[in-house]
Amino acid sequence: MSATFLGMPGNLSKNTDFPKNAAKAVQNSQLRFNLRKATHTIRGKRAAVVSELPDWQDLRAAGRAIKDHTLRHLDRYLLQLEEAVTARGGHVHWARDAAEANRIVTDLVKATGEREVVKVKSMATQEIGLNEHLAAHGITAYETDLAELIVQLGHDFPSHILVPAIHRNRAEIREIFLREMPGAPEGLTDEPRALAEAARLHLRERFLKAKVAVSGANFMIAETGTMVVLESEGNGRMCLSLPETLISVVGIEKLLPAWHDLEVFLQLLPRSSTGERMNPYTSMWTGSVEGQDFHLVLLDNGRTRVLADEVGRQALRCIRCSACLNVCPVYERAGGHAYGSVYPGPIGAILTPQLRGMGSELDASLPYASSLCGACYEVCPVAIDIPQVLVDLRAKAPHGLAERAGMRAAWWLFAREGRLAAAQRLAARLRRLIPRRLPGPLGAWTDTRDVPDIPRQSFRDWWKESGS
Amino acid sequence: MNARQEILARIRRAVAGAPEVEIPRGYRTHVTLEDPVGRFAERVGDYRAVVHVVPAAEVPGRLAELVAGRRMAAPEGLPWLEAVRGAAAELILDGPGLSVAELDRVDGVVTGCAVAVAETGTIVLDERQGRRALTLVPDYHLCVVQAAQIVASVPEALARLTPTSPLTWVSGPSATSDIELDRVEGVHGPRTLEVVISA
Repeated sequence: MSATFLGMPGNLSKNTDFPKNAAKAVQNSQLRFNLRKATHTIRGKRAAVVSELPDWQDLRAAGRAIKDHTLRHLDRYLLQLEEAVTARGGHVHWARDAAEANRIVTDLVKATGEREVVKVKSMATQEIGLNEHLAAHGITAYETDLAELIVQLGHDFPSHILVPAIHRNRAEIREIFLREMPGAPEGLTDEPRALAEAARLHLRERFLKAKVAVSGANFMIAETGTMVVLESEGNGRMCLSLPETLISVVGIEKLLPAWHDLEVFLQLLPRSSTGERMNPYTSMWTGSVEGQDFHLVLLDNGRTRVLADEVGRQALRCIRCSACLNVCPVYERAGGHAYGSVYPGPIGAILTPQLRGMGSELDASLPYASSLCGACYEVCPVAIDIPQVLVDLRAKAPHGLAERAGMRAAWWLFAREGRLAAAQRLAARLRRLIPRRLPGPLGAWTDTRDVPDIPRQSFRDWWKESGS
Repeated sequence: MNARQEILARIRRAVAGAPEVEIPRGYRTHVTLEDPVGRFAERVGDYRAVVHVVPAAEVPGRLAELVAGRRMAAPEGLPWLEAVRGAAAELILDGPGLSVAELDRVDGVVTGCAVAVAETGTIVLDERQGRRALTLVPDYHLCVVQAAQIVASVPEALARLTPTSPLTWVSGPSATSDIELDRVEGVHGPRTLEVVISA
């Protein structure tokens, strides 16, 4: 597999695997407290609003099937989308990978003559490392979502899909604002209301003056060419409607065939994501509106490779709600950074290794970052069977020499009945010599397990002896 | 091959032989509510918006009370605009000449809506409510919802809307839960949403 770039928290290296990252993270009691509080709160809210809808499972079944149908005919629907967007005055660009998408966006920004862009929170642009690429070309990207702002000002990395600063508490956020935010009020308290107000003042002028904005999108409608963005704060509306130029970078799997398909997803997403009946603001626009120059960059970056995998392709149904993160016992303890990708939690554990390949120690360890409890599958609004994909990826992941040798030996042993019987007799005779901890590379097995007690006599010998 | 051709070719290779998918649509596309106005008022109120339910004839009077002394903006063509003009300190109408900086100086905006959703407490604005900046930059949004514009559920709302018009779905005032998941109303959008339901 060729390497696909996926934003990588810089404090992590690809050479340290998930267990090592997680072991470090669980030592941080503040982080564990923040995560537990946040995930449990949001979990409860989701459960309450989901139980209000008597047809939740019908919506979920429809959501799953609409996505599968769209993926099956993705070529046709993308062409239909392109035609609809172009017919309404928008421009459509295609990007094979992160580098191509970054180049397209940078050229578009340069063509406007501007050196600053405002940004709406977007997973796709984080995935391709757009901010860093723009910076290298002398263009400053300002994140405007409150949590993204906290992350950006703190020179930090997002740890959750929906609430990227979930690992920070109010006192830490106050510190970051006082240190990094120009003009932060001197008497700033750590009240969430005061902190939000500081962010409002900090960004207000920037919004009103911004000429270029970069966004992602939650949904694109093939039939009409409509783009849909869900948000809470109004920073999205500011970026989407005020600037003269709008550039949206969207993964090709974000497509829905028809306008009325939104009736399913506008019910599934807010309730699964923030646990609200509806998020405060949803913006929809088609092509170029109100005189704005609109560019849509369609991003592949590994998605077609995921699409080619019969089991793994269901990960492309994901609508980035983050419900799976909030119920995951592993995420709750390890936090988002341990996953080493912009996609943390259970969905990240199946998406990252598929997008990026399993060439690094970290990516090969991600399919194991789960107890396979299945809670993620249960809450997934598009019914992605995450445990099934995890198990499938485990089979495909590279395995160590000792493990492969052990498996080959087991195959040889079990292939003939006589070999097994002989081995059992030999083991019974040597049982006192077998150590509790196996030597050399085999020790990896006994680090977390006991060697089973070997009986004096095997069951098959006992059966023969007792003369059935 | 250019990027477009290559991505399309990759997709065709990837899905070759994949099965067709039937879409089951067993979910509710129509919901019957005993009191849609009451449900809408309750759900908008849940978002900590201020809600008034008044008989149609009293709407102009109530609006006049609410905008008294404020500098207001509005889209053209609202039926009760004269009442607002009479009571507000100033009334600016939306138009191509109205700049964002000017909008930033008004106290609030008054609009109607395209459709409202009772189950979710949502108001949908279309181009008849003016340019999108009009309902975004001012800090106070006063919205008049006619009883006949209220539908029970999301599917019914979508069926009434035209996608070619830019649309803004509003469910309560601007809010964030980014700090310890404590909900704070009022970030970048209007910090106060007041809804007058004409029943």
